[in-house]
Amino acid sequence: MSSRADVCVVACAEAFRGDGEILAAGIGGAVTVLAARLARLTFEPELLTHDGTCLLTGDVPALGEAPELVEGWLPFRDHLWLVLNGRRHVMLGASQIDRYGNSNISCIGDWARPKAQLLGVRGAPGNTRCDPTSYWIPRHSPRVFVPEVDMVSGLGTDRGAYELRRVVTNLAVLDFRTPDGSMRLVSVHPGVRVDEVVAATGFDLTIPGDVPRTREPSEEELLVLDRLDPWRSRDREVPA
Amino acid sequence: MTKLMTAEEVAASVESGMTVGIGGWGSRRKPMTLVHAILRSPVRDLTLVSYGGPDVGMLCAAGKVRRVVAPFVTLDSIPLEPHFRRARQAGTIVFTEYDEGMFMFGLLAAAHRLPFLPTRAGLGSDVMRVNPELRTVRSPYADGEELVAVPALTMDVALVHVNRADARGDAQYLGPDPYLDDLYAKAAARCYVSCERVVENLLKEGPLQSLLISRSMVTGVVEAPGGAGFTSCEPDYGRDEALQRRYAETPWEDWDEQ
Repeated sequence: MSSRADVCVVACAEAFRGDGEILAAGIGGAVTVLAARLARLTFEPELLTHDGTCLLTGDVPALGEAPELVEGWLPFRDHLWLVLNGRRHVMLGASQIDRYGNSNISCIGDWARPKAQLLGVRGAPGNTRCDPTSYWIPRHSPRVFVPEVDMVSGLGTDRGAYELRRVVTNLAVLDFRTPDGSMRLVSVHPGVRVDEVVAATGFDLTIPGDVPRTREPSEEELLVLDRLDPWRSRDREVPA
Repeated sequence: MTKLMTAEEVAASVESGMTVGIGGWGSRRKPMTLVHAILRSPVRDLTLVSYGGPDVGMLCAAGKVRRVVAPFVTLDSIPLEPHFRRARQAGTIVFTEYDEGMFMFGLLAAAHRLPFLPTRAGLGSDVMRVNPELRTVRSPYADGEELVAVPALTMDVALVHVNRADARGDAQYLGPDPYLDDLYAKAAARCYVSCERVVENLLKEGPLQSLLISRSMVTGVVEAPGGAGFTSCEPDYGRDEALQRRYAETPWEDWDEQ
């Protein structure tokens, strides 16, 4: 029996399918980190993964565990180099995202004097310009999926993004494979209705006639997830 | 030759209106003893250049700052820095917001005494909108690509904290990440290094590759055990999460009195 979080981790892992020998970088939280590690341990064995600081791990440790084998060193300066080099697929978060995938983590309101100062743009401009990028958004809502973001941190398909691969939320999988590069509903997670996704999205989505269900994790994937996250911290990140 | 001095002497050499670079990253290996000395000095109207953490937050809270140049300000385990947020939301500081990679290229340009370095990072984003002084350059080669010309982040003073230093000013890091501290030293007219311990022979402490900053880049050395706290200074100590939480939850006036 799989949880919604299990489905989300696998849907995020699927973003890395076919990436080969590049760094799969999950930003913060349990779900994106588990996704990269799960992909490496199953269908994408050549992926590089890191420990959340500056070690490229030779093995694939559980969340919070140190690796037994280290295969590389990636201090921040080299991480910034790798962003420009491009052998990296990052899974970012977003406080706001629009229908072309422009994202905002900087501030809410007018940038000159924001209502809420958030993180700042961090590496999102360079990440999205230079690397394949996906998004993990644990709370799919009209507050996040907005007609227009307040500060473009990550680039959308209309602003020169290198490649926006997919957006995974607690409700659905979305991508940008439409003629104008706008967002499309790819699948809804088991137990989610299409109209729930539409209601939680503050702009018009392209919706195919027959929306498939996001696939359930395989037995093997669930075993790997239980080893990587025995305390199920993934479940705490995904609202039921 | 000795460059040993006190944190108060470092603070006294910083003048109002100066541009001050602060090493470390987020809430990691920040020169907090030196920051505290500046908090207690009469200096004001500073421009801070930092991968920002509580250094930026405290100096903003104390009214020392005119402008912040940064790609983020965070406490890492606590994502949002409360005092920086308040300053931004109250409109009391000017913000020059760069992408992380742009910021490094600004440091590299200054370290190499170049006026700018070109990069793709920042193009297409609102970083270009909110920094209208930024210019682009076109590659003079066949590709003709348009790139951001990141201006050199030149500083009057840089402050960094490392694990070990010698009295002549050679600085050594023993943790897993040098951050960009050597670039701050090279980008500044004067760099002051605080350290956990001043030693005679740095190679007894760590390998050749751990020698991060040469004395030719360093004006003064301050021995400051625990001088990065509550931020981390691995392997000497990790972040004091309890103290950082208290910092984030305590009104500045009450925190400042302690």
